[in-house]
Amino acid sequence: MTAPASSLTIDLAARFPGAVSADVRPGYGGFIVPAEKLIEVATAIRDEFGYDLLSAVTGVDYIADNKMEVVYHAFKTTGGPAFVFKVQVPRENPVLPSVVNIWRGAEFQEREAWDLLGIKFEGHPDLRRILMWEGFEGHPLRKDWKEPFFEEEVKPFKSRWPDGKHTFAEVKNPFRDNLQFPADFDPEKVTFTDPEEALYKSLKKYHSETRDGIETDHILVNMGPQHPSTHGVFRAVVMLDGETVVSLKPVMGYLHRNHDKIGERNTFLQNMPYTDRLDYFCSMTNNFGYALAVEKLMNIQVPERADYIRVIMSELTRIQNHLIFLGMFLNDLGAMYTPALYAFEERELILDIFEEVAGARMMCNYFRFGGVARDMGEDALRKARELVFDRLPGKVDEMDRLLTENEVLVSRVKGIGYLSAEDAIRTSMTGPMLRASGVPYDIRRADPYSIYDRFDFNVACRPEGDLLARYMVRIDEMRESLKILGQALKQIPAGPIFPGKPQYQVKVPAGESYGRVESPKGELAYYVVSNGKPNPYRYHVRPSSFVNLTSLEQMCIGEKIADFVAILGGIDIVLGELDR
Amino acid sequence: MYGKGILKGLSVTFMRFWNTYWQDAIWAWRRLTTGKKHYGSAEGIAHRSSKNARGIFTVQYPEEKLPVPEEFRYIPFLVFDEGAEGAKEIRCTSCGICAKVCPPQCIWIVRGTDPATGRPRPQPGDFFIDADICMNCGFCSEYCPFDAIKMDHDYEIASYTRNLYDMEKLLKPASYYEGIRPANAAREDEARRAKEAAKAAKAEAAAA
Amino acid sequence: MENNELNLPGYEIPEDVKNVVAVTTLDRLLNPVYNWGRRSSVWPLMFGLACCAIEMIAAQASRYDLARFGMEVMRPTPRQADLMIVSGTVTKKMVPAIVRLYNQMPEPKYVMAMGACASSGGPFKEGYNVVAGIDKFLPVDVYVPGCPPTPQALMNGLIMLQKKIDKEKISQVRWYRKGHDSVEIPVPILGPDLIDPRRIPDIKAAAAQPVTTPAQAGG
Ligand code: SF4
Ligand code: SF4
Ligand code: SF4
Repeated sequence: MTAPASSLTIDLAARFPGAVSADVRPGYGGFIVPAEKLIEVATAIRDEFGYDLLSAVTGVDYIADNKMEVVYHAFKTTGGPAFVFKVQVPRENPVLPSVVNIWRGAEFQEREAWDLLGIKFEGHPDLRRILMWEGFEGHPLRKDWKEPFFEEEVKPFKSRWPDGKHTFAEVKNPFRDNLQFPADFDPEKVTFTDPEEALYKSLKKYHSETRDGIETDHILVNMGPQHPSTHGVFRAVVMLDGETVVSLKPVMGYLHRNHDKIGERNTFLQNMPYTDRLDYFCSMTNNFGYALAVEKLMNIQVPERADYIRVIMSELTRIQNHLIFLGMFLNDLGAMYTPALYAFEERELILDIFEEVAGARMMCNYFRFGGVARDMGEDALRKARELVFDRLPGKVDEMDRLLTENEVLVSRVKGIGYLSAEDAIRTSMTGPMLRASGVPYDIRRADPYSIYDRFDFNVACRPEGDLLARYMVRIDEMRESLKILGQALKQIPAGPIFPGKPQYQVKVPAGESYGRVESPKGELAYYVVSNGKPNPYRYHVRPSSFVNLTSLEQMCIGEKIADFVAILGGIDIVLGELDR
Repeated sequence: MYGKGILKGLSVTFMRFWNTYWQDAIWAWRRLTTGKKHYGSAEGIAHRSSKNARGIFTVQYPEEKLPVPEEFRYIPFLVFDEGAEGAKEIRCTSCGICAKVCPPQCIWIVRGTDPATGRPRPQPGDFFIDADICMNCGFCSEYCPFDAIKMDHDYEIASYTRNLYDMEKLLKPASYYEGIRPANAAREDEARRAKEAAKAAKAEAAAA
Repeated sequence: MENNELNLPGYEIPEDVKNVVAVTTLDRLLNPVYNWGRRSSVWPLMFGLACCAIEMIAAQASRYDLARFGMEVMRPTPRQADLMIVSGTVTKKMVPAIVRLYNQMPEPKYVMAMGACASSGGPFKEGYNVVAGIDKFLPVDVYVPGCPPTPQALMNGLIMLQKKIDKEKISQVRWYRKGHDSVEIPVPILGPDLIDPRRIPDIKAAAAQPVTTPAQAGG
């Protein structure tokens, strides 16, 4: 685990005397940068200090201080802890310069901060709402914005006990539904802003041109939100010249379930099962990241055995996720069903272990602050050992044999969707996407958490930067995960799995923390701010699929529309985490 | 050679295909000779969801069902001990911890009052769980100090209407609980007995 | 089929031919055949919303294999689908698309709310972008509780749907009756919040009240 203070190893305050100051609030770390100096300081952070990967940009509404704070977490792709810096802006007029030109990976996250918190980023190329629709009333993550089914600031709600007469939430709302409108709102008189208009305007200009004496038009194609190859309710608006993509905009938010807002109402523990539902293939790694973030704040040690169980569960999750990736990716390429069916067969066996240990196939809700919920019994360990030592290696090889050399597949993916290492870093790619571009950056190695520093494994990495590399990286990674699993299952010690007695109300000291894990899809991180109360003051998820989409347009331009589907499949997005 | 990769892949699919039917044949033969080791028997299902499974395996739900492990959780239910003459001794004391810990806040509890005195008594007056909000997280049963609310194994609860469970629907006997979670129930009983014994010993010591 | 099920009430059948003769209408005779055909080929719309969709796919895969119910043909286009399995959280941003999809499905069509979210909003009910149950917009035939319902629970729901189909009568089903032809559901509008066109008068009336939001009402 990294100490939050280690980012102070670089004294930014000395580099910019008088402008930048260290953040001295108890429990906080990093530096506070004035808005007007942000561009200069950020450039220095990237170029002089080498923090080339901007992981997260998010806002916090400190309503008591009448301030909005934008928090940046930057990392070095060579490894090491986070460099945290913040910008504070007044709440009434939250404007600051955008860092998109320094780290393009900030693009979507800044849009999200605008959408949910109403923070304006000057110089952002395309500052529209991203998760909600254009025309939605208010910025929901502001502390004074109340959702229609608002009951109380924080849970537990008083109406549940001791006089918990059941009432439907609808009854309490004047509109008898999950709705709220401004006073004297008259739907018949108002003309609505068309949510699509701004979107279409942001595309490269729709125009006709003459080529060889023939007038041609570009074609606008809407893919999704209901489309079999978008892995859920993702939508992309594509501008085509014939069959070639000339411009593309991803549209998200069709599964925006308000994790952040609900998370701030919940108690710390209550967020745990909600994290399951982010990346619903990998509930174990989701739990892991959140547990790490809160444990950092609480400063507790995890017992040895629990750590091993955590690693075993995460790596099984990774294998299971990559298997599904292969199946779905091949599905996108037109190899309908067979690879997916094979993948699901192995996945079921892994889910059986989850079900036996954690009680559910998908929504495991297995991690607790300080340990895990239940011990992994002998039977489950035996099953895991059998799978890891006897079955899965052969099955991974079988998948490899089934697909990798297939000439049709190779000609379909080789050289498609190229992304160079520099671009990948600039757009904040993480996970297999980044490693397939030749950057061996894996959080398990670069900034080891839990007990990953004890295991011997290689960081799967391919230099080609195309779809084939992305596919191969996943296969390599499954093999590496099996290596880790083999070691963990041999070494797992006996002992407690939880320090002390399980508590449903945890005491979390005030402060901020950033817990990140290498989820199968990339860097999944949680930014948690506590003010010492039983509920997090700010709970933010830094989703991997969401940020990984930043480079989608770049990868698709110049490719055929049919390849767009493959490129999207190669990113391995999952909507629960993308939209939250 | 162009096409080698495709042939290699086809060999994999062929082996899968062969294995599936070969396994079926083996199980059919066993069934003929021993009469009981049916493909869909508990043994057959266990074998075919182990590492030794070969080929494709399908559970013929609803005729045969995949057994769920002990820890499996679905919707919670309330446990009652069967007292004399079928009296239901509800374990719940309406302490409210489950309602407080429930993440989507889908538990509603009315604290019971004694009809004679009007004072609160350790029994729920009413208990609701909105099964269409419940996220099956298991916190309620994990943190209930009285082993009174437990996660059910019954998943065959599809209905034609929205599901709001009241106390009547939620109550299930302790014997049912012991049936679905024998190891947990035994452990908890043990702990409860130990606690009671300790209490009794303490009371004795105080009396002496 | 039992004779007493087939016989129309009010007809006396002589005792000696009771087992071989039945007085009935064509419609009673046809119903079981008609329903058997429909219940055994319910084609779901290939349409996944959230986590529950993964369990739906798992139910399609070989271990559970929905093909045994004649439901393996997932149609990506609503025009060929009979059943919409709403598998996941319905958000306000998504609901116009869902209503459109439903309108495009040909009759007879069924809707299944899979999981807590589709039934009532589920754990995300309190969220500002979440529709509290798809039944606010579409007529739901079967609700499957669970979060997520396991593949077996989903199949249990599908069997419930088959049972429902079995009870339908040609003479009464809505899609053959005059004037009751498939009713178009008006597509919701994304304004300052989600607007259901059917409820515009209610919204107007409620917005005219002095207290508009529970927040202003003090909780
Ligand atoms: S079920 Fe348990 S936790 Fe809930 S009120 Fe009853 S005794 Fe308390
Ligand atoms: S299982 Fe979880 S969501 Fe369901 S009632 Fe219990 S605590 Fe609430
Ligand atoms: S019911 Fe549960 S599993 Fe299904 S979509 Fe909702 S949160 Fe996900």
